[in-house]
Amino acid sequence: MAQPLVAVRELRVGFRTKAGIVDAVRGVGFDLGREKLGIVGESGSGKSTVGRALMRLLPRSAAVRAERLAVCGTDVLTASDRTMRDIRGGRIGLIMQDPKYSLNPVVTVGEQIAEVFRLHRPEYAGKRAAREATLSILEQVKIRDPERVASLYPHQVSGGMGQRVMIASVLAGGPDVLIADEPTSALDVTVRLEVLALLDELVASRGLGLIFISHDLNLVRKFCDRVLIMYAGRVVEALAARDLGNATHPYTRGLLASMPHIHEPRDPLPTLVRDPAWREPA
Amino acid sequence: MIAVEDLVVRFDRRGAPAVGGVSFAIAPGSTFGLVGESGCGKSTVLRAIAGLIPGHGGRVLIDGKPVPERRDKPFFSRVQMVFQDPYGSLHPRQTIAAQLAEPLRNLGLDRSPGRVADALVAVGLDPAFQWRFPHELSGGQRQRVAIARALIVEPQVLLLDEPTSALDVSVQAEILNLLTALRRERGLTYLLVSHDLAVVSHMCSRLAVMQRGHIVEELEVEALRARRVTHPYTAELLAASEAYG
Ligand SMILES: Nc1ncnc2c1ncn2[C@@H]1O[C@H](COP(=O)(O)OP(=O)(O)OP(=O)(O)O)[C@@H](O)[C@H]1O
Ligand SMILES: Nc1ncnc2c1ncn2[C@@H]1O[C@H](COP(=O)(O)OP(=O)(O)OP(=O)(O)O)[C@@H](O)[C@H]1O
Ligand SMILES: [Mg+2]
Ligand SMILES: [Mg+2]
Repeated sequence: MAQPLVAVRELRVGFRTKAGIVDAVRGVGFDLGREKLGIVGESGSGKSTVGRALMRLLPRSAAVRAERLAVCGTDVLTASDRTMRDIRGGRIGLIMQDPKYSLNPVVTVGEQIAEVFRLHRPEYAGKRAAREATLSILEQVKIRDPERVASLYPHQVSGGMGQRVMIASVLAGGPDVLIADEPTSALDVTVRLEVLALLDELVASRGLGLIFISHDLNLVRKFCDRVLIMYAGRVVEALAARDLGNATHPYTRGLLASMPHIHEPRDPLPTLVRDPAWREPA
Repeated sequence: MIAVEDLVVRFDRRGAPAVGGVSFAIAPGSTFGLVGESGCGKSTVLRAIAGLIPGHGGRVLIDGKPVPERRDKPFFSRVQMVFQDPYGSLHPRQTIAAQLAEPLRNLGLDRSPGRVADALVAVGLDPAFQWRFPHELSGGQRQRVAIARALIVEPQVLLLDEPTSALDVSVQAEILNLLTALRRERGLTYLLVSHDLAVVSHMCSRLAVMQRGHIVEELEVEALRARRVTHPYTAELLAASEAYG
């Protein structure tokens, strides 16, 4: 394999809190090529923390250690702040899990996207060019009325519109690596499929590497190439996405079993009995 | 139990209203689903019911009686809401313990520490989470705190806006089972917004499909399960859901 876009070895993240250290990530490793890598896993298992570590966006309370943590050849652990500012947004983009919270509340969403175009894309440096590009990308993420929505503040857009604004503003930077943290959880299925088609197209045409964090097992199975399953700060299973149905780890099996189905209701839904042994390395 | 009649919400004078005359009634002890296109007005309907959109048109009724314009304590002791965006609905600089105790204090209810711990355990969180701040939680943990905060006052009606969108399917199953058990044991009534038709099919007895501020179809869940839908948009949603189901 050529040099991977992302290389992670033995990543560990601990958060200092008043009640002691929280070991959020406990030895995660993977490589990302020009592919769609899904990450699914338990709520609180460290998925978002891995994403933020790659961007070096963790709070000061976090202690990050790794044998290797590299993005597009840059060592994230030792790079200067300057270098990180340069690659963030332009080389590597993060679609955050709480989009409305991550947007600036006092700037219209259109201006926020235009700003990314101006900052990272010389061809859109002009005001008018940035504005046109903004309207066009809002349209690509299936916003119905781009002119109106561009003029709204984050608190004035719906949950799914906020999510698409976030996607648009990250895509505007033209990144080589895209980390998408639950990017479509607030979208109706029709719009979701269209936004996924857009991401798919970018991976195919621009050779993007995509890390796709999601709770939607069906979606990951259909959309991704590979999938990592996380539990309690570790990767407990790694599979080709199409083989997800043949997963062997009891946590993954339990996940598959607890999905509701439209046409075959079951009450109550099966739940997991979590085995303490799942926390330890196999 | 809870009903809206001809609800209209306008955010600006120009253009179509965000909610253009929506009506439905929910039987006590049942769950009513609201589904539809992103931006079609689902959260706006819930927010209007909760009294967060002053000056809306139409009426909100509980037990057949219109609710006061300014929602009062008796309203909030019966009706609670779980917001779509848990981060935005939690106070950034208060511990989880303080935020869970707040509705109890506001409504003059028992505030013993055990109650806060129990509320967390009910949604699958360790009681130690009460000493954390919202930014020290994962997305799904925050969503569960928001659910715990709504349940802690033991309301009769819950307005649930995408309550499990940030949860893995096993934790989602636990939360849905909890909600179902509360409905069975205490007769709770739910209004549930979700993009996940499987969740809607599992939880609801009836549902309404919205598009651009209007309800285009209201149907029994059996009709959804049996694919007996009439409006083309409902058919499209169902087909798209099945496409990757
Ligand atoms: N700033 C912080 N301080 C303390 N603990 C934290 C902090 N941020 C995250 N955590 C904890 O680290 C663990 C991993 O969090 P993370 O957000 O990575 O989970 P996640 O896998 O993304 O979960 P979800 O699917 O619920 O979003 C969680 O137990 C969380 O409570
Ligand atoms: N405070 C506001 N000011 C102006 N417009 C608003 C405001 N709140 C909502 N809107 C608009 O009302 C419409 C409906 O929004 P709403 O949040 O109800 O949609 P939704 O059905 O919940 O969508 P989603 O599934 O994406 O959450 C959107 O076009 C939105 O931009
Ligand atoms: Mg997360
Ligand atoms: Mg909404």
